[in-house]
Amino acid sequence: MSTARKLTMAAAIAEAIGQEMERDPDVFVMGEDVGKYGGIFGATGGLYARFGKERVMDTPISETGFIGAAIGAAAEGMRPIAELMFVDFFGVCMDMIYNHMAKNIYMSGGRVRLPVVLMTAIGGGYNDAAQHSQCLYATFAHLPGLKVVVPSNAYDAKGLMIQAIREDNPVLFMYHKGIMGLPWMAYYEGSTTEVPEAPYTLPFGEAKVVREGRDVTIVTLSQMVHKAVLAAEELAGKGIEAEVIDLRTLVPLDRQAVLRSVRKTGRLLVADEDYLSFGLSGEIAALVAENLDTIALKAPVRRLAVPDVPIPYSRPLEQFVIPQVEDIVGAAVQMMSAKAAAGARP
Amino acid sequence: MNASREHLLWMYETMMLIRRYEETMAQVYLEGKLPPAIQRGLAFDIGSGPVPGEMHLAAGQEPVAVGVCAHLRKDDTVVGTHRPHHFAIAKGVDLKAMTAEIFGKETGLGHGKGGHMHLFDPEHKFSCSGIVGASLPPACGAALAAKKRGRDQVAVAFFGEGAANQGAFHEALNLAALWRLPVLFVCEDNKYAISVEKSESTAVPWNADRAAAYGIPGVLVDHNDALAVYEAAGAAIARARRGEGPSLLEVRTDRYFGHFQGDPEVYRPKGEVEELRRHDPIPALAAHLRRENLLDEAAEQEIEQRVAARVREAFEFARTSPYPKPEDALRHVFH
Repeated sequence: MSTARKLTMAAAIAEAIGQEMERDPDVFVMGEDVGKYGGIFGATGGLYARFGKERVMDTPISETGFIGAAIGAAAEGMRPIAELMFVDFFGVCMDMIYNHMAKNIYMSGGRVRLPVVLMTAIGGGYNDAAQHSQCLYATFAHLPGLKVVVPSNAYDAKGLMIQAIREDNPVLFMYHKGIMGLPWMAYYEGSTTEVPEAPYTLPFGEAKVVREGRDVTIVTLSQMVHKAVLAAEELAGKGIEAEVIDLRTLVPLDRQAVLRSVRKTGRLLVADEDYLSFGLSGEIAALVAENLDTIALKAPVRRLAVPDVPIPYSRPLEQFVIPQVEDIVGAAVQMMSAKAAAGARP
Repeated sequence: MNASREHLLWMYETMMLIRRYEETMAQVYLEGKLPPAIQRGLAFDIGSGPVPGEMHLAAGQEPVAVGVCAHLRKDDTVVGTHRPHHFAIAKGVDLKAMTAEIFGKETGLGHGKGGHMHLFDPEHKFSCSGIVGASLPPACGAALAAKKRGRDQVAVAFFGEGAANQGAFHEALNLAALWRLPVLFVCEDNKYAISVEKSESTAVPWNADRAAAYGIPGVLVDHNDALAVYEAAGAAIARARRGEGPSLLEVRTDRYFGHFQGDPEVYRPKGEVEELRRHDPIPALAAHLRRENLLDEAAEQEIEQRVAARVREAFEFARTSPYPKPEDALRHVFH
């Protein structure tokens, strides 16, 4: 057992891919700068040297071409992993993703298998502005047909990636740049965790209670999990015990985990780095609203998310629009003194 | 096409300005990004310092910008790339407002909203984008507007050789040819699409040859030389202004810095940049100007001082300008 071994999330993802490539000759990687460079965010680090350029393929800047090719190869039974360097670049290839990758299984009445993983970098916080800082997971989770995985740490990332590769369905695997453990970008160190060397899978659709608490449920994912944990520690100092739930996958979504926790605490705070309207935070709020016959809310639901503006470049502007630890603390404190309307009891 | 004295001197001074600007930016960019100013264990932190985020510098690629923009008027349109400073400077974008934008300040071109890859200057009809291949279709639109209005304005789209493998490149060339638009497509071939060499990404040696597929002229300038670019671009832009349609120009140019600052450049052979710098296009143009008796030592020094002062003033302006108010982040989504 090498349980003491710690890996960055980037190294854990690369290890997962490497182990699956060893196990299954049908697994291969395609993307921009995934070869010699090892992926701009390190998700394919070391794979080119081990497996060579036939299985770790640098592509032209032709996302429609190579993501479409991944779909075609998957339909033939291969297990391609394609990397879209930044999720923001989906604009140049969305037809292949939305109208083909996500729909071909359904339109074939289940006769086509698409064991393809599309992995991509998400998130801001390092001043890369509106075209390189989005999360957009709700955009992909909105359309039926894609499984959407958004890990928050190395251990989860490895197990979820191996699961993703073995799936016969298309999986969008979204890693936040600010938790990859890159040597050139500040990151939340809680994302670098112990990772078993042997391959293992984690099932999709199982959220994780990262921290237990009785007063308020913070539903979150990805990098925001780490902000929520820091906020929870601060809240504990004020006598408020927050329960932090890491969703880990959006499709499938572990609805019961959310409901179980909110039934216990009576307060729901969603902390999200995606856009506010028509997205994840609204979905979670609706889930609770639909179950108010079994939930006694003690305060109105609160949502923290990017307030429907593109991500601005300038540091004070970006810090303002992306929810921070102090925003989570502030919202939770307010919720403790808020009251739900009378008659809101089941 | 022989360059006029004014054009030659403008190109030289503008190349000097661009080079000084990019080298200054390379230094300033490192402020606050190295140990011990950053998180322990990191070698570099992209999100720290007065100029955070990605930074793509164009030192070495000056000939493309000046050789093309020498022929442009203020009312012509330029659409640039994620590596935009040389184009912006050559198109006449205000250096102070551009620098302030790159520092994320209220006085910047976009009040700090856009940053270095997203510079918008409607007065000088300049814009750019962080998305590869995104310059070509909007340039077609600018050219379409000029044509519909019966004006003799032209539009220029700059893009890298990596972008020529995007669908947008092929769609835009077809549209421009089909509609005979007054547009010039300028491909900067600096050999690398981030880390991937052109020979590993592109099925044909020269993108200029792809023009034939759309029945438009494709011209290759196979060395990094301002005069050669000037000549080729001049003919293409004159042709567009006469209403004779689009052209594709490809220039073999050199990128001295990494794809972005902090790029480990594991893909680049050792000593390559030193070798490229031995054929630097700026001293080459200076030598030409001296041979033509357009430049002597005194004039050269004067230019150097003028350029240094402009860069110094721009950075000083950016540093001392205020940041926008945090809640200004909520403005400008709509008018």
